[in-house]
Amino acid sequence: MTKLEIPIPEDKIRELKVGDTVLLTGIVVTARDAGHKLMVEERPRFLDDRLRGGVIYHCGPVVKKDGERWSFVAAGPTTSSREEPYQAKVIESYGVRGVIGKGGMGEATQEACRKFGAVYFHAVGGCGTAIARAVREVVAVHKLEEFGTPEAFWVIRVEDFPVIVTIDAHGNSVHERVREASKKVYEELLKK
Amino acid sequence: MSEKLVEQLYELIRSASTELPPDIEQALREAGRQEPAGGMAANTFGAILDNVGMARQAVTPICQDTGYLIFYVYHPVGIDTLAFRRSIDAAAEKATKAILLRPNAVDPITGKNTGTNVGTNAPYVTFKAWERDEIRVKLMLKGGGSENVGAQYKLPDTALGAGRDLKGIRRCVLDAVYKAQGQGCAPGIIGVGVGGDRATSYLLSKEQFFRHLGSANEDPQLDAFEKELHADLNQLGIGPMGFGGKTTVLGVFVAKQHRHPATFYVAVSYMCWACRRKEMTLTNGEAAYDQA
Repeated sequence: MTKLEIPIPEDKIRELKVGDTVLLTGIVVTARDAGHKLMVEERPRFLDDRLRGGVIYHCGPVVKKDGERWSFVAAGPTTSSREEPYQAKVIESYGVRGVIGKGGMGEATQEACRKFGAVYFHAVGGCGTAIARAVREVVAVHKLEEFGTPEAFWVIRVEDFPVIVTIDAHGNSVHERVREASKKVYEELLKK
Repeated sequence: MSEKLVEQLYELIRSASTELPPDIEQALREAGRQEPAGGMAANTFGAILDNVGMARQAVTPICQDTGYLIFYVYHPVGIDTLAFRRSIDAAAEKATKAILLRPNAVDPITGKNTGTNVGTNAPYVTFKAWERDEIRVKLMLKGGGSENVGAQYKLPDTALGAGRDLKGIRRCVLDAVYKAQGQGCAPGIIGVGVGGDRATSYLLSKEQFFRHLGSANEDPQLDAFEKELHADLNQLGIGPMGFGGKTTVLGVFVAKQHRHPATFYVAVSYMCWACRRKEMTLTNGEAAYDQA
């Protein structure tokens, strides 16, 4: 098991291989569909400091507000493939080193990971309560009014957030491997 | 609208969001035991089961996507269904305020989230009159990620080589589950609706998620078909979260309804491992909740 501090230097990212279990500590920014669309179409600057060497999390949390203080109650990953049209560009233009989500991503993201030195970290889908416990603090929130709770950019500080590398910076993908293997079985089953 | 009914429905939502049904938890435990210890699949089942325990204990949502709220209300003739509907809306709003639900009702044109889970056709409620004296309320929380990997087929489907028979239906299900990979939070539960029109075939497929794992199909032919499909699908090796493994689906449920002679629809719906469902029976206004 590898422990990594965010921001993550490129050489540390390139040391990771698919199948590695990692515990992440530091600042993470949540972003979903509305967020990725905005990052690509308008290229706002307010996330630059957080995302240089940083980590994006595909997540629409359940949150709680006590007075002025926000906290995360349930915060598992959402399906990443919806961000496939945007992710490569976001990795390049913001200098992102890691993307956390579920279900994997496509060829463009895989290629961006290889080219710019980034990885895709898989969190366990559905594990909302467990992952929320790794979220120690909500540092800031952007676009809450405009996007609503699930789609807002939540800037959070995580401690030992457990993830598995499923796309590394060397062009390897667990998702591609499983898809290929299952395709062979699928074709055999169709012959039955 | 009765305050008492709102409380009872609120409790139904609370338990559905925070407590995984025992049959699902048991199936996940058994699936985890079949995987090599220390591997990605076994560790994933371990993380899932830890989370299920934590959510139950802390009374917090199992998954942050608390889904679409889908209610079926079976009732004696003559109840005020409009008032019942208002009570469901009030309970959904209350549960959202209590952080048991994420606000999930978004206007598709303006992008505005109502913040309450109440909106046009949200929650989705179906009333069905029956001859019994009691009211039964069934609730399912259906996540969006798993909803996105559902698929509908119009047979015959030349590209898939699927004709209007069980063999053709089998091809549709194999195709949908193969294409879903881990995206719907595998291992999933597969609901198949055969016949009806575009709308009702999907409805029928989703209603199957109220069935308990291991329950027999009352139609012997479909029962055998479900068992065969279950074994076939687990050969795909997609495994938990699509990491590879022995369990790709926890169960397959197939139902049929009469079709128009010109149409033959097969709808395949996917329920994530976090299959959240709960039933409540109201007898003389007093609620009893199911244990399974």
